[in-house]
Amino acid sequence: MGTLWFCLVALMIVIYVLLDGFDLGAGAIHLFVAKTDEERRQVLASIGPVWDGNEVWILAAGGTLYFAFPALYASGFSGFYLPLMIVLWLLILRGTSIEFRNHIHSPVWDPLWDFLFCSSSLLLCVFFGAALGNVVRGVPLDASGYFFEPLWTNFQLGDELGILDWYSILVGVLALAALVVHGALWVTLKTTGTVRDRSLRLASQCWWVVLLLTLVVTFLTFRVQPAIAGQFRKASWGAIFPLLAIAGLLGVRWAIARADELKSFFASAIYLAGMLFSVVFGLFPMVLPARNPAYSLTIENSQAASYGLKVGAIWWILGIILATGYFAYVYKSFTGKVIVGKHSDD
Amino acid sequence: MGHAVDAHRLHFAFTVTFHYIFPQLTMGLALLLVYLKTKALRTGDEHYNRAARFWAKIFGINFAMGVVTGIPMEFQFGTNWAEFSKSAGGVIGQTLAMEGVFSFFLESSFLGLFLFGEKKLGRIGHWISAFLVWLGSWLSGYFIVATDAWMQHPVAYRVGANGQIELASFWGLLLNKWALWQYAHTMLGAAQTGCFVMAAVGAFYLLTHRDEAYGRTFVKGGVLVGIVAAVLQLFPTGDMQGKLIATHQPVTLAAMEGLFESRDGAPLAILGQPDVEHRKLDNPLEIPRMLSFLTYQKWKANIKGLNDFPEDLWPDRIEMVYYSYHIMVGLGTIFIAVMALAALQLWRGKLFESRWMLWLLMLSVPLPYIANTAGWITAEVGRQPWLIYGLMRTVHGSSPRVSAGNVWFTLLGFMGMYSVLAILWLFLTWREIELGPEHTGHLPEPASNAGDDQEPKLGAEVRNRS
Repeated sequence: MGTLWFCLVALMIVIYVLLDGFDLGAGAIHLFVAKTDEERRQVLASIGPVWDGNEVWILAAGGTLYFAFPALYASGFSGFYLPLMIVLWLLILRGTSIEFRNHIHSPVWDPLWDFLFCSSSLLLCVFFGAALGNVVRGVPLDASGYFFEPLWTNFQLGDELGILDWYSILVGVLALAALVVHGALWVTLKTTGTVRDRSLRLASQCWWVVLLLTLVVTFLTFRVQPAIAGQFRKASWGAIFPLLAIAGLLGVRWAIARADELKSFFASAIYLAGMLFSVVFGLFPMVLPARNPAYSLTIENSQAASYGLKVGAIWWILGIILATGYFAYVYKSFTGKVIVGKHSDD
Repeated sequence: MGHAVDAHRLHFAFTVTFHYIFPQLTMGLALLLVYLKTKALRTGDEHYNRAARFWAKIFGINFAMGVVTGIPMEFQFGTNWAEFSKSAGGVIGQTLAMEGVFSFFLESSFLGLFLFGEKKLGRIGHWISAFLVWLGSWLSGYFIVATDAWMQHPVAYRVGANGQIELASFWGLLLNKWALWQYAHTMLGAAQTGCFVMAAVGAFYLLTHRDEAYGRTFVKGGVLVGIVAAVLQLFPTGDMQGKLIATHQPVTLAAMEGLFESRDGAPLAILGQPDVEHRKLDNPLEIPRMLSFLTYQKWKANIKGLNDFPEDLWPDRIEMVYYSYHIMVGLGTIFIAVMALAALQLWRGKLFESRWMLWLLMLSVPLPYIANTAGWITAEVGRQPWLIYGLMRTVHGSSPRVSAGNVWFTLLGFMGMYSVLAILWLFLTWREIELGPEHTGHLPEPASNAGDDQEPKLGAEVRNRS
């Protein structure tokens, strides 16, 4: 039962990254692909009706993690206290920027929110990546099952770990690059004219960065977390996940070359999913590796009692079927390119 | 340790108090939006659709504030209350996860459609989306109240071999009788906030002689729903809530009432200042025997005072429990009076001309916020020293590795950020009220032009502003 929930939580987190990933990425490129007010409203309109729903996935995933693996939730969230609080502040800034911007039209109002929206989105991409880097690298858990990491120490992987070290920062930069491509492809798909052309060009250029960093980070990851290589040797069918990632990444290039907007976006989604599932698979059955492997949190030692997991499975499946229905309906209602009207006074 | 726990408590108290400013309005307004959309559907009068569109804008601002300030609440269970989460996550994680899966998806999806899809959905479709937004937000309220109710009155659990608290019965958790009454009481409070806000905006329009047709609709809607909610708030929901506390948390009841000495035929204190050090109530203004009667329907029933409980079971801030409870009940009584007077004037056909009544409605607008907040303080501070009543003390629930210094760092960060948000929220809400219901603003105007053969996609309408 624990393994099922491990898979379901992983699935929810991947869905979160694929969905909120494109609107975070769209935010991160906001100032760079859209210069005039009309262009910026195009970017905002491309995510306007859906970003809030996308963000719900992290809440739902968090809640699911909470009841299925309470010990992990307690240990991980308190150990990552500071970065999580910063993530919260960034999420607050970002959400209010999107909501507040369109209430007033003024040369001192719009640029402020555009800047906050872009910078908070950008930092969120980096922080989410760094968080993933921390999980992969392992945290200083001890016998009590708890740890606490300061934001940074000496940026080394030594005894005094910080959230930000050279490895986690590198993963953060990869996450940013990958979500910039993902977001740029979304904006390409949803917009027309200059914004679309700039976004496609940006995705195309940034793809090389993603390729390079994917290779570097993958190589380093096998050194930083030896358990991953062991897991792939033990169950070689898992190679399907990295192969998926490679196929997705090459697919993005292929689709960009043929200017196929829809396929390039989905290829990017496949790349992201492949990368994340590779990590999840590589760490299994650990849910939070410790630097000292004896203290790692695993499915076994962090899951909730079986009755709760069983009833949870019933309502969870029901709830997710409903949620998928709403999402399909909402996305269907908002298909096609956005058209931004001029201000109604003209 | 005690030092850090105080910081953790303040952290949660501050962020949740600020957060609840928004859901209490959106849950109340969601109900009133259904009321306005129903009116529009039944009368076919476009006036009600415009009224609904105006409130949808205010709803949107408050909903966004509620979402962004709500995310930190779920996180804090893990970041600040790790020991509590580790022990009880298998139980309360259920309701919190269900909130995400069943309410947030519903609410966020259909709010997007409600705000941006009026033209596309048609009259019935738009009514349904309003209804589903209401359903989502009220379901959300249930899951949160059920979570809190379990902490107030833990049921349907067993303690596992490793000391973890396990869920023993799913329906037992969901149908906790404490949750049912607390939910009804909480939602009526939210409905009253919605009603008072709507009535106050209407009164403002009538008093300033602008948008008077809307003013009448808003005042009427607010008063009609408000009088029902105000009465039900006291009876039966408030009454039942009090009886549950008397049965399961008698020491909390004594603190709420400022009752130190146990006595037969205990009086109800209307005013007075608790002097905890000398264990007495100063300057009491009391109704003799009333507390006994209200609690047990017997004038001579015995009510236990604080003196008969060991001090380590007392809520640690008796004064706070006492005052917040009295403020809540006092304001609740005032709401019944205000709404009853307004309803009487409405019935006599004089409400819209009666300026003193409109002034009263307009000036009452902060009061339901205060009453709702005071009610939550009564419940949560009254629960102390327990985190899970009778099972886990608050001092044992916080995160062992998170120092007070780190908590203060993030608490101050939240205080700064929320101060800015509060100013922006007031400014933008006021601006929408000032622009008024006739201002079509940034939301789409549904009446489409006949000659417009190429209908723009929905997303296009999102950013149409004036």
